[in-house]
Amino acid sequence: MESEISKLRQLSSTLGDLSRPDGDATVSQGDTCVTSAVYGPGEVKVTKELLDKATIDVVYKPKSGLPGCAEKLLERTIRNSCETVILGNLHPRSSISITVQEIQNRGSLLSCCINSTCMALLDSGVSMRYLMAAVSCAINDNGGIIMDPNTLQEQSSVAVLTFVFENCNYGVITVSAKGCYTLDQFQQCLSKCRDASKYVFQFFKDSISKKLSKQ
Amino acid sequence: MRDTPLSACEKNFIIKALGDRKRLDGRQPYDYRKVKITFGADRGCCKVNLGQTQVLAQVSCEITSPRAVRPSDGVLFINVELSPMASPAFEVGRMSDLGVEINRLLERCLRESRCLDTESLCIISGEKVWQIRVDVNVMNHDGNIIDCSSIAAIAALAHFRRPDVTVDGSEVIVHPSDEKDPIPLSVHHMPICVTFSFYEQGKYLLVDPTDKEEKVMDGKMVIGMNKHREICTLQVSGEMLLMKDQVLRCSNIAVVKVTEITELIQRALENDRQARLNGKKFGFAESEPTESILTNQQEPEEIQATETQMDEDSEEEKGMNGDLKTERKSKVKILDKGVGMIGEGGASTWGVEDNEMTEELQKEAKVTQPDHKEVTHTTGTLNATNCVTLKIDLN
Repeated sequence: MESEISKLRQLSSTLGDLSRPDGDATVSQGDTCVTSAVYGPGEVKVTKELLDKATIDVVYKPKSGLPGCAEKLLERTIRNSCETVILGNLHPRSSISITVQEIQNRGSLLSCCINSTCMALLDSGVSMRYLMAAVSCAINDNGGIIMDPNTLQEQSSVAVLTFVFENCNYGVITVSAKGCYTLDQFQQCLSKCRDASKYVFQFFKDSISKKLSKQ
Repeated sequence: MRDTPLSACEKNFIIKALGDRKRLDGRQPYDYRKVKITFGADRGCCKVNLGQTQVLAQVSCEITSPRAVRPSDGVLFINVELSPMASPAFEVGRMSDLGVEINRLLERCLRESRCLDTESLCIISGEKVWQIRVDVNVMNHDGNIIDCSSIAAIAALAHFRRPDVTVDGSEVIVHPSDEKDPIPLSVHHMPICVTFSFYEQGKYLLVDPTDKEEKVMDGKMVIGMNKHREICTLQVSGEMLLMKDQVLRCSNIAVVKVTEITELIQRALENDRQARLNGKKFGFAESEPTESILTNQQEPEEIQATETQMDEDSEEEKGMNGDLKTERKSKVKILDKGVGMIGEGGASTWGVEDNEMTEELQKEAKVTQPDHKEVTHTTGTLNATNCVTLKIDLN
């Protein structure tokens, strides 16, 4: 097993592939591929209506099997990140519904989901405070940090941490961590992921600039 | 959310155009939209695009106990999910009528036609059999989900490989894929559904309706057929009556379509097999078009770690963990009875042009005793030694 990897896997994206959603994006991090679609702002059910801001709904669909607790946790994490980022106060009593579909899971699923959700929100034109970029890393038994781990690396690791950053001050929006790690290791992962997130933000910017270049 | 309803003038336009044998997208009445089949890196993963309608199918397997009625047969389970991604009208949770209809049609077409040999899925008769599960996720709804799903489901079943098992008395050993090559499922034939939509009480007939055409139709007929001209399933629904010769005509059209689509599936399977054999890259990431402005790729780069940031963070951490920082505590200076001062004021940022002006004003403002009877024309300034001292001009 590698002792330390300081490279993110290849990022690729496709915007606006689907005709029905207001915005959609398919993002691949290496072999992990996720498609997100956004509808909104639109009509909301009276029971779910919020008076001062938009209701944000996230649905995660696994490729096979029925959704269970792990899927609900993923939905919750994505929703909490979106609520920080989306300017919900601009659209009171409306709903913004986000659907995330797993296409292929080869590790770092949460970070791929959040990155594709951010790109789908960009594609749909929903107002946001700042962008969000997620980076995952794993700590293996030697204490080495592996960035953007694949399934094998995740399974053989001691801890897996995912950080979500915003691009104004590179502050942390969300942290999701599994496993045992020391405070020092946490700090190291945080600073490494923060540096890596700059590449992800640059990727978002390049993708959107490319899409709008002919308009 | 509700779907945008189709307006009356759009409905009239579509029906009128049918009278001239014209469709909105320029197709002939018996033409299919472009079918694109891609396979993923996982075995049994297939994405099918029928025009704009997009569907993702995934096959998985599990060992379970068989049904009591058939102890030596495996189980085929099909689940079609209308994802909220596909249309704003689709909700999560309880399946809608459309969802139930599509599920039943696919079950009849695939399970009851016995296209998959379930007897080969038996491991120990009466105790352990393979359960093959096909999950079909609809990603974009632009009409004719049934056809798209049936193509995806059968292509995924043909693509799938199940793990090899050896039975040792009453012990079952499941071999992982790196030990023994997984085996394909035995698919006897490929039943494909073809949808026909009818307008004006059966006068006009269209093959492969889009979403708008589906909203306008009177009724539809779905024929599930394989390339050997065997009808696997037939369903007519809607408010219309069909003549016998129309049904026969449709089945003849279906034969042609099914042969074309089956050939397409075989070609796609062959391409995928070649790619895997020759060690070329396969999967969804490779099949994405690279020349479009909607796609972007970034090569992995070595991350430049900024070491200094880490130290600052840890110092702040210690500060927060430890005692309160006493240096930051603010002191209140008492100037006079009832007058207090915290901190020191800064220089005025109100854009005074002349430096000389400011110096004059500063000299005059040095009188700190507020005396209301004095008549002065000076104005207060903020400088580095005072706080605000205001004088009121009583004239």
